[in-house]
Amino acid sequence: MTVASNSTRVAVRGPAIGTALIAAVLLLLALAAPFVLYPVFLMKVLCFALFACAFNLLIGFAGLLSFGHAAFFGSAAYIAAHTVKEWGWAPEAGLLAATVVAGLMGLVFGLIAIRRQGIYFAMITLALSQMVFFLALQLPFTHGEDGIQGVPRGLLFGLFDLSQPLTMYYTVLAIFLAGFALIWRTVHSPFGQVLKAIRENEPRAVSLGYRTDRYKLVAFVLSASLAGLAGGTKAIVFQLASLTDVTWQMSGEVVLMTLLGGMGTLFGPVVGAGLVVTLESYLASTSLPVPVVIGCIFVVCVLVFRRGIVGELMHRLSKRGH
Amino acid sequence: MVSLLGIPPQVLFGQLLLGLINGSFYALLSLGLAVIFGMLNVINFAHGALYMVGAFVAWLLLTYAGIGYWGALVIAPVVVGLLGILLEKTMLSRLYKLDHLYGLLLTFGLALILEGAFRHQYGVSGQPYPIPAALQGGQNLGFMFLPNYRGWVVVASLVICFGTWFAIERTKLGAYLRAATENPTLVQAFGINVPVMVSLTYGFGVALAGLAGVLAAPIYQVSPLMGTNLIIIVFAVVVIGGMGSILGAIVTGLGLGLLEGLTKVFYPEASNIVVFVVMAIVLLIKPAGLFGRER
Repeated sequence: MTVASNSTRVAVRGPAIGTALIAAVLLLLALAAPFVLYPVFLMKVLCFALFACAFNLLIGFAGLLSFGHAAFFGSAAYIAAHTVKEWGWAPEAGLLAATVVAGLMGLVFGLIAIRRQGIYFAMITLALSQMVFFLALQLPFTHGEDGIQGVPRGLLFGLFDLSQPLTMYYTVLAIFLAGFALIWRTVHSPFGQVLKAIRENEPRAVSLGYRTDRYKLVAFVLSASLAGLAGGTKAIVFQLASLTDVTWQMSGEVVLMTLLGGMGTLFGPVVGAGLVVTLESYLASTSLPVPVVIGCIFVVCVLVFRRGIVGELMHRLSKRGH
Repeated sequence: MVSLLGIPPQVLFGQLLLGLINGSFYALLSLGLAVIFGMLNVINFAHGALYMVGAFVAWLLLTYAGIGYWGALVIAPVVVGLLGILLEKTMLSRLYKLDHLYGLLLTFGLALILEGAFRHQYGVSGQPYPIPAALQGGQNLGFMFLPNYRGWVVVASLVICFGTWFAIERTKLGAYLRAATENPTLVQAFGINVPVMVSLTYGFGVALAGLAGVLAAPIYQVSPLMGTNLIIIVFAVVVIGGMGSILGAIVTGLGLGLLEGLTKVFYPEASNIVVFVVMAIVLLIKPAGLFGRER
């Protein structure tokens, strides 16, 4: 017994060191990146990466496909933009408000949507988010088609001037890392294990005595809050909150990022977000219609590439290991 | 005639008629979704895009081939149905053994491609489609003016809906279909070619969407965006009605269209969201939907 457990521990430690090394290299790259690449582009990638990670927490680890995550992302952007611009709040207060509001919306959405499973869950979240879209179109404070423009970036904690691109970049990086760490911690906690059990076999999880609805609801609220944090951050970075962020196309885009990078892998959504944002900014300069290209990637991913990039890599690596 | 709650009857009945027409389209589309879901276990996100394709086929036939409304009413559903069968044979059929969510994601991608392609080619502004000569003008019913074409749309979609219901619930072919929904392996063992039946079902379901597109062309403008916004409302309708029954889909579609029309009269600001609010309430009270059963 002891020998066996020792050998497994060694076997686990090997990859753990590897992971730590990779993480350190990635962190260094992220710190150095703004000196090589355009900071606004990097910040966009980070915002969408956090959004996609939040979404992945549901689909990848709890098996819930939410087709309405743009509602949290977009509404939080409006809240952050409104509190900072109209009420003169500090950026950190605006972001906190955005996160809390998105979390509360997640609670309401979750209470309604969790009553059905699978495909119905996806349709209900989509319908609810379309309702949020119409509200954003009609409510006075969102300014309809114009959106909230010219949001001041302000001083973070009254100290750091966010109008400096580098300061803004490192702030966004810190927010992303905090969000990512929270997701990592959640996935590797007993709570995360129960979520995976629900994903694999919900009736069995119920029979083991878990109140699966509660677990799903907590996961949903957490995911919505983090999506809101991403949306609020995006509003501060781009100094703009608009209808684009609340549309069903945005909900679809985050699904694509996660699918392309690899559902249920921690790094997959980050890779997917990076690729999709890069692709879109490249396509913007060509005459190719963006939705058609996005749609084609969707179809190819679903038909032949369901593991996603990171998922496929990990699959190959583990196959070679055995 | 006296006004009702301060609303002139012309306005009230006008909006109710509009609601009935919207409801007819909800019914036609949710019917197709229900038929496809029953057989394939796929939620067809591309349904709205194929409805749009139906309308565009009608417009293209008129503009480039000079074939009018009545021809389009036959040709467009056939074209859309064949396109559907092609999509099912080449792509959807590979996903049946996987989680149903992949079917939703695939058809979502297809919807993006179709919509993006038409948008690239024809822009976002709508193309006008004339009302056929035989259905121009209208009837004065005393309390309101009924344009002939709108009356025709309501009657035609009711006939199609109940025809479909009859075909599925009361004919031999429909009995095979329902049996194959319950237990495909057993039905195949009786010598019925289930894969072909699945393809035909998908083709038929999307042909209904194409037909709805042709019916809609003279009322709404023919635009690349006409389908997707509609399909999300139809999803809500399907959730409210529950996917278990064909008749349920029809009744819920018409009822919600009327409700939307009424909301437009009494509280116009909420008319866009009333269907979603009803969905939320129904889910809280009866999660399986009004006509659905838990499974």
